[in-house]
Amino acid sequence: MADILPNSIPDLGELRARWGAFAWTKENEKQAKVVVGRYPPGRQHSAIIPLLDLAQRQVGAETNTQGWLPVPVIEFVAAYLDMPYIRAYEVATFYTMFNLAPVGRFHVQVCGTTPCMLAGSDDVFAACKAKGLLKGRTTPDGLFTLNEVECLGACANAPMVQINDDNYEDLTFESTTALLEALARGETPKPGPQGVARRTSEPEGGPTSLVEMVSENHDYRSRWNSEAQA
Amino acid sequence: MLDDKDRIFTNLYGFQDWGLKGAKGRGDWDDTKALMALGQDAIIDIVKASGLRGRGGAGFPTGMKWSFMPKEPKPGKPNFLVINADESEPGSCKDREIIRHDPHKLIEGALLAGFAMRARAGYIYIRGEFIREAETLFAAVQQAYDAGLLGKNAAGSGYDFDLFVHRGAGAYICGEETAMLNSLEGKKGLPRLKPPFPAGAGLYGCPTTVNNVESIAVVPTILRRGAPWFKSFGREKNEGTKLFQISGHVNKPCVVEESMSIPFRELIDRHAGGIRGGWDNLLAVIPGGSSVPLVPAEQIMDCPMDFDALRDLQSGLGTAAIIVMDKSTDVVRAIARLSYFYKHESCGQCTPCREGTGWMWRVMERLREGNAEMHEIDMLWDVTKQVEGHTICALGDAAAWPIQGLIRHYRPELERRIAERQAGALEAAE
Repeated sequence: MADILPNSIPDLGELRARWGAFAWTKENEKQAKVVVGRYPPGRQHSAIIPLLDLAQRQVGAETNTQGWLPVPVIEFVAAYLDMPYIRAYEVATFYTMFNLAPVGRFHVQVCGTTPCMLAGSDDVFAACKAKGLLKGRTTPDGLFTLNEVECLGACANAPMVQINDDNYEDLTFESTTALLEALARGETPKPGPQGVARRTSEPEGGPTSLVEMVSENHDYRSRWNSEAQA
Repeated sequence: MLDDKDRIFTNLYGFQDWGLKGAKGRGDWDDTKALMALGQDAIIDIVKASGLRGRGGAGFPTGMKWSFMPKEPKPGKPNFLVINADESEPGSCKDREIIRHDPHKLIEGALLAGFAMRARAGYIYIRGEFIREAETLFAAVQQAYDAGLLGKNAAGSGYDFDLFVHRGAGAYICGEETAMLNSLEGKKGLPRLKPPFPAGAGLYGCPTTVNNVESIAVVPTILRRGAPWFKSFGREKNEGTKLFQISGHVNKPCVVEESMSIPFRELIDRHAGGIRGGWDNLLAVIPGGSSVPLVPAEQIMDCPMDFDALRDLQSGLGTAAIIVMDKSTDVVRAIARLSYFYKHESCGQCTPCREGTGWMWRVMERLREGNAEMHEIDMLWDVTKQVEGHTICALGDAAAWPIQGLIRHYRPELERRIAERQAGALEAAE
């Protein structure tokens, strides 16, 4: 299901030369053991998704991008879990978050599904286009890769974009433009709603319920009456 | 309006600490041991008596689901609890708020539910794109372990229970419970044929119950306040409180906990600042996430928001993800975009869905422009009926229903576009 980006994938010879010796960093080696430990003995195949993610992140760290999964890296993870390569490969190709081709330093994933569409995701795409970002492509400077993705589960804060590990929400053409410019300048914009008077998913301008919670960690139990436990 | 004291998710908006200290201050983990001392069957009975129906969309009674689990697990076949945090239904964004702002309600609920169904381990399957949310959840679970609330002798109850977080990697279909189990086993997320049902053979072939995040997270409060309290909200067979997610053309989109069966108009006016441009500007509403058919304005305005009332409108409550469309909406495009979603997310296992979702999307795109023949509307309807009910899982149904809703309620609009396009083509030819 993961869309293959039209960027060129280096040929296997080049990939083997570059990634053939891929192995966990010390830190990731430790983390890989922790992950495998979450599953019953003999069920280590369950760790394939988290470990492919870990490997993709390691590739990202080594290339100063968001990472991807070259064939030799998938082979390494499959061998690590003692599973046939093809089983790991079919997982890598099934799930959209695994990149099968290189991406840029910022992976701009704009949600285009109906709730975001109704709230103005066309404007978000337009802002991306105005900044030279094309769907499925990486900008020539290697900074941005743009993809349209399906619902990311932040619909009450639509339209939204996920950039690397963070969500930016309640976007407009202007705030999207500002966001991309800030990233290009090397800044780290604050995630969450952009330019809207709300913290998370409460109604704009302040919550219509649970108002006491805004200023203190209110305990409502004293108002529970004397309802008996069933 | 639901009184604040009766809201379960008091830190819904994350103004306060999500961590253990903050959660305890709000009443979580308060003598959990005593709740467990009620006994496994008593807990199941209370949940049954509370009227809680699954919050993941299907609305199956939660307590009854638990009662299907073997009471005495066989050696080598332990019971498992799997919590569905693969929130991906377009419109749905409630589990995210629970996970990032009130994770201890979920974790305490997992212990209580796991205990009641005789599970020794549970997995929370969280969608891969919830990256920060997963970080919070991992940290919250660690806090619970460090405080002795999970693991050996969990919460001092004498019961051993382990809870693990498992991240997915982007696939809507993994929200289907058996696809989730395959994914958790390290495979592609392909739904399994049922039977066997998960309660008989689920994760690793062992008895398994899959519950939605919200269904689990409300359990501790139900046990603390009693089944009659929870049952006092909403209409009969639709009881409880519910997280509603309101998106689209309202003045103030939001997530809010309200009483089940709250009338649509009251919900929108009270919490979402009304319909953009006023009530006369409302066109239609998708009341339960993308998989349920839309409902025209006049039918939904005063409808109670619950399972049965929306079913009577040939739609559904689903996850209570309310997508509002005002009169500026290109309703054909809105539904066509959902058709694209289902085409993108079909796992490809069953032919009617693999081929049908793509076919339906292509026809929908032509209908957007009116670039079709009149008889194709009926043909599209027929194809939705060929897909519906003829696939292993409900994704085929979910792809068919929004289109059926569109044809049922907006056929004149489809015909108008076709007629206009054909008239335009005639003029051009003259």
